[in-house]
Amino acid sequence: MAAAVAINGNASSGDWEGRYYHVDQILDRPGPRTDPSFLAGDEVKDFLRNKCKILVIGAGGLGCEILANLALSGFKDIHVIDMDTIDISNLNRQFLFRQKDVGHSKANVAAEFIMNRVPGVKVTPYFGKIQDKDEDYYLQFNLVICGLDSVEARRWINATLVNMVDPENPESLKPLIDGGTEGFKGQARVILPTVTSCYECSLDMLNKPTAFPICTIANTPRLPEHCIEWASVLEWPRVHGDKKMDTDNPEHIQWLYQIALHRAQEFKIEGVTYSLTQGVVKNIIPAIASTNAIIAASCCNEAFKIATSSAAYLNNYFMLIGTDGVYSYTFEHEKRDDCPVCGGESLDITLSKDWTVERLIEILVERQDIQVKKPSLSSPGKQIYFQAPPQLEEATRPNLEKKVSELVADGGEITVTATTLPFNLSLRVKYT
Amino acid sequence: MIKIWSMKKNEDQASKKKPKTSAAQIRVQKDLTELDLPSTMKTNFPDPADLLNFTLTITPDEGMYKGGAFVFQFNINSNYPHEPPKVKCTQTIYHPNVDLEGNVCLNILREDWKPVLNLNSVMVGLQYLFLEPNADDPLNKEAAEELKRNREQFLYNVKTTMRGGALKGTQYAKVTA
Repeated sequence: MAAAVAINGNASSGDWEGRYYHVDQILDRPGPRTDPSFLAGDEVKDFLRNKCKILVIGAGGLGCEILANLALSGFKDIHVIDMDTIDISNLNRQFLFRQKDVGHSKANVAAEFIMNRVPGVKVTPYFGKIQDKDEDYYLQFNLVICGLDSVEARRWINATLVNMVDPENPESLKPLIDGGTEGFKGQARVILPTVTSCYECSLDMLNKPTAFPICTIANTPRLPEHCIEWASVLEWPRVHGDKKMDTDNPEHIQWLYQIALHRAQEFKIEGVTYSLTQGVVKNIIPAIASTNAIIAASCCNEAFKIATSSAAYLNNYFMLIGTDGVYSYTFEHEKRDDCPVCGGESLDITLSKDWTVERLIEILVERQDIQVKKPSLSSPGKQIYFQAPPQLEEATRPNLEKKVSELVADGGEITVTATTLPFNLSLRVKYT
Repeated sequence: MIKIWSMKKNEDQASKKKPKTSAAQIRVQKDLTELDLPSTMKTNFPDPADLLNFTLTITPDEGMYKGGAFVFQFNINSNYPHEPPKVKCTQTIYHPNVDLEGNVCLNILREDWKPVLNLNSVMVGLQYLFLEPNADDPLNKEAAEELKRNREQFLYNVKTTMRGGALKGTQYAKVTA
């Protein structure tokens, strides 16, 4: 105990005797599996408690657990992003929120709660979308943890962090820890952008969302879900035309519910309720607090190990299946060469300022090391030359005569696709 | 912090910076530029700079729908290929697997979509619906029943509606050239 007291004296202000007694058992001495670069003692504690800046994306079921775990394990500079507001149905598991908070920003309330409860921890909230922030924002963090419920948001943050990696700047590589749960199942993984397999690499492992054949919905409904899909997929566009359905709008859900209920009665189907309607159209899977707790703990454990190098971190995929008993499996998910985000070939190419697009294509075709036939070229947001379909070939044909330097800035990127390439090739253009 | 950078030093290829083009965009570029369509199918881009919204015209050269030109609207969102493209027929047509609003019953557009499929597979699938209308998976129930019950009458209905005729109170679009 005496040793712990002395060591804790060095930590940041606001820490009391023995505050991190248990955590310090790990940080004060190396273990058999610690990384050789592990600096036991004050330095690592100073990094964890005073220097390390960590970003938590999502302040929902996983996010609340993650924030609490991080704060209690000694991270003191935590940022959190969430675009959602608190709904009454969140309160059973998102324990940083109370009834009075319903309608307020999840990020703001969660940050406030943690700061009140855990002295000395600074939580900086952002109530908005991850897409609002640019690279400079993400560059300030040492680590990113995601507790998201959407594939789209995960793909975005994954692609952003992979794209951010700059070969000239080691600080640009931000470890991404991704947690996810679905009912009794969950997963936690460590992504080191460009080094390990990324989120996009594993996209084909995802369960596809339940979709019913549209003909069943239209003609032979048997389940309450069929009636709800009928209301949302077929009746909504028929009745409301181009008006977009907003699944967060109670009036819209109410309308769908009434239509679905009527349909269900017609076919003598039971079980269409307001909450099932909401569940089906928003694709809600029942969330289970204990699954969230396990996955959040696993994610924070990885964050702690990566931030401190005190133990070997997860390599690189942990899955939990709690549907029949408790089963877990850890494996190394492999990088995919044809991953559109982190895979594909990449090449630095030096061109003369006067060379045309046509000349660039000839150079690509002749190069032995890439062996590309009929390449199509684009720069971000702009087509340069497309081999097909005919209309686009024609539209982009005038570019063949243009100088590459008129279309792409120095240091700019060109994406090349061709049937002969596994996925794509990205060129970084330099001019002489 | 762990020293990830030392692990990177050994990899030269991967260390190059990647473009800001989204994965969906690259994938659509790949799908479109590698389309291998027969002469019976043609894409049209109202805005050639926008690869995510376009139409496909199918002009079957055999089968019951021969002589028609059927136009489908394709809308691809940023979650492609995790999500399938949204496809609708822009005309009111008489077909067992297409309803009067233009919704299409094609398994790979909904329940059997997989990210390994591509735009080419969807287009070929659509063309197949015109060669072999499927009465067992109906979206236009009346058309399907007619096809099962009386093939001659069904064929007659197809011909009438393709010319822009009316049938049982519904006015169909003229799809013949």
